[in-house]
Amino acid sequence: MAQPFVTIQNVRKSYWRESLEIPVLRNISFDIPTGEFLALMGPSGSGKTTILNLLAGIDRPSEGSIKIGDVEVSRLGEADLSRWRSLHVGFIFQFYNLMPVLTAFENVELPLLLTKLSKAERKKQVETALSIVGLEDRIHHYPNQLSGGQEQRVAIARAIVTDPDLLLADEPTGDLDRVSAESVMDLLSRLNKEYKKTIVMVTHDPRAAEKANVIRHLEKGELENGNNR
Amino acid sequence: MSVFKFAAKNTLRHPLRTGLTILGLAIAIVSFTVIQTSIDAWHAGAEASSPDRLVTRHAVSLVFSMPVAYADRIAKIEGVKQVAVSCWFGGIYVDKSNFFANFAVSHNNFFDLYPELVVPPEQMEQFKSERNAVIVGRKLADRFGWKIGDQVQLAGTIYPGTWDFVIRGIYTGAKATTDEGQWFQRWDLVDEQLRQTMPGRAGNVSTLFIQIHDPTRSAEICKTIDDQFANSAAETKTETEEAFQLSFVEMGKSIIVGLEIISYLVIGIILLVLANTMAMTTRERVSEYAVLKTLGFTSFHVAGLIFGESLFLALCGGVLGVALAFPVNSLVAIPMSNFFPVFHVSTMTITWGLVFAFVVGLVAGLFPASKAIRTPIVDGLRIID
Repeated sequence: MAQPFVTIQNVRKSYWRESLEIPVLRNISFDIPTGEFLALMGPSGSGKTTILNLLAGIDRPSEGSIKIGDVEVSRLGEADLSRWRSLHVGFIFQFYNLMPVLTAFENVELPLLLTKLSKAERKKQVETALSIVGLEDRIHHYPNQLSGGQEQRVAIARAIVTDPDLLLADEPTGDLDRVSAESVMDLLSRLNKEYKKTIVMVTHDPRAAEKANVIRHLEKGELENGNNR
Repeated sequence: MSVFKFAAKNTLRHPLRTGLTILGLAIAIVSFTVIQTSIDAWHAGAEASSPDRLVTRHAVSLVFSMPVAYADRIAKIEGVKQVAVSCWFGGIYVDKSNFFANFAVSHNNFFDLYPELVVPPEQMEQFKSERNAVIVGRKLADRFGWKIGDQVQLAGTIYPGTWDFVIRGIYTGAKATTDEGQWFQRWDLVDEQLRQTMPGRAGNVSTLFIQIHDPTRSAEICKTIDDQFANSAAETKTETEEAFQLSFVEMGKSIIVGLEIISYLVIGIILLVLANTMAMTTRERVSEYAVLKTLGFTSFHVAGLIFGESLFLALCGGVLGVALAFPVNSLVAIPMSNFFPVFHVSTMTITWGLVFAFVVGLVAGLFPASKAIRTPIVDGLRIID
């Protein structure tokens, strides 16, 4: 088995509504080896997206630790977390979340504005990312000039443009028709196999989950088959 | 693409809203400049005064006169350079609505005290040699179409009768702020007429203008002059020309204070307009800010985008307002010219207009930026879901 790339240890997460504690994740522990394509499945409210948010460092666990690579993500401060995220994580949203005022090229270029790359270097990287997702002929199109599938592929290009180690996808096919969903899943599968990206994907769609190497089910904040560590 | 281009694209996302906001800001800045220029116009007399000039008048009130012989006695006081007569004549040209300031002055030296009133030498010679000669300002001449040699009749109010004059000189202002709407006739003509018609009023003047050698001694010389005429039939009050002019401004102080308050209320209104625009804008983009943070942008970056947009809008409005201020104030000056001969947009007003625009931009961005910073990423993303 490959080296664990992600280590989630005794993670609990609760939200508070006034004085009422709502537990979302209960003592979750599992590893994700480098290069794994993991699909997280489960009913709504089971805590799938919360795990994804914790992995991305956009939310913090109430208890426990999350280690990605050599970094204890759950202990980083806000500024360090932002910097770490910009270098190591690519996030793919269900509703693409492209900036409507920017072209496909500019949307993909957005994360590179945080780097010290020159304009020419940024251009090269954006073109590479767009060619990987097969949209090199749509670079000057705005999101409203693209289909849902194309928008999601631009969003994937944005997620991979910084060449992150970890891709997190939150129901990437949830808003797509079957053909587009198939194409997006093939793309994610390619990114995993050819480019060795570690992918964690949240999905309700069993067809999408089939593309993953490992499927884990969550139920009421717990892993269905128990923790794997 | 740069972050600036991204910010600019965001700003122009709703062109109508952006345009209207900028226009609203520009109109407010124009209003601010018109009000401030009106206030400046009120102070124009005091602003144009010179520190080496003093004014002596009757201690009780301007309506009382004092003997013209005081001029010679004041001229002998140590530190005094020269003394000129200048009396409000109050003549009416054709109709009361044609109001302009007209003074009877000592022809031999009044203009020496006022180098800012520039009169061609040959015209000055004519003025000095002809008793019913008059020197008028360029704007006044233009207003009534007067030329050199024109005969003009004024109906006297303070000095009864019909007075015939000949325009012998047209002065121009040495500075943009010099009042070019005044009329100067010779005081000796008025005095001569009074000797024949009302001898009791002859030989008296309402104000004496005094030039001193050293402005730092003005307080001391004022006191010396007033002490000299203490306990006389016509005690005097001497003050600097600026203080004399400000005494007229004081009469309208409550109006000026009112105008000042209105000008700052205008700034308050534009702050609300821009704050509202920025609040709407950031509320619509909560999810986008969350996405930016997810991509690795910090709260500082997001705040920068919001402040950048707010400042961009405010400064566009400010610059447009300042650009419009000049033609608009020129238009406003036309009907106001009878009351405010000097209606000039000052550099200070322009500077304050731009400073207020900048401050408004900064303050309007505060609340939206702080909200965007405080909103957790997951809450921002949840709005999409």
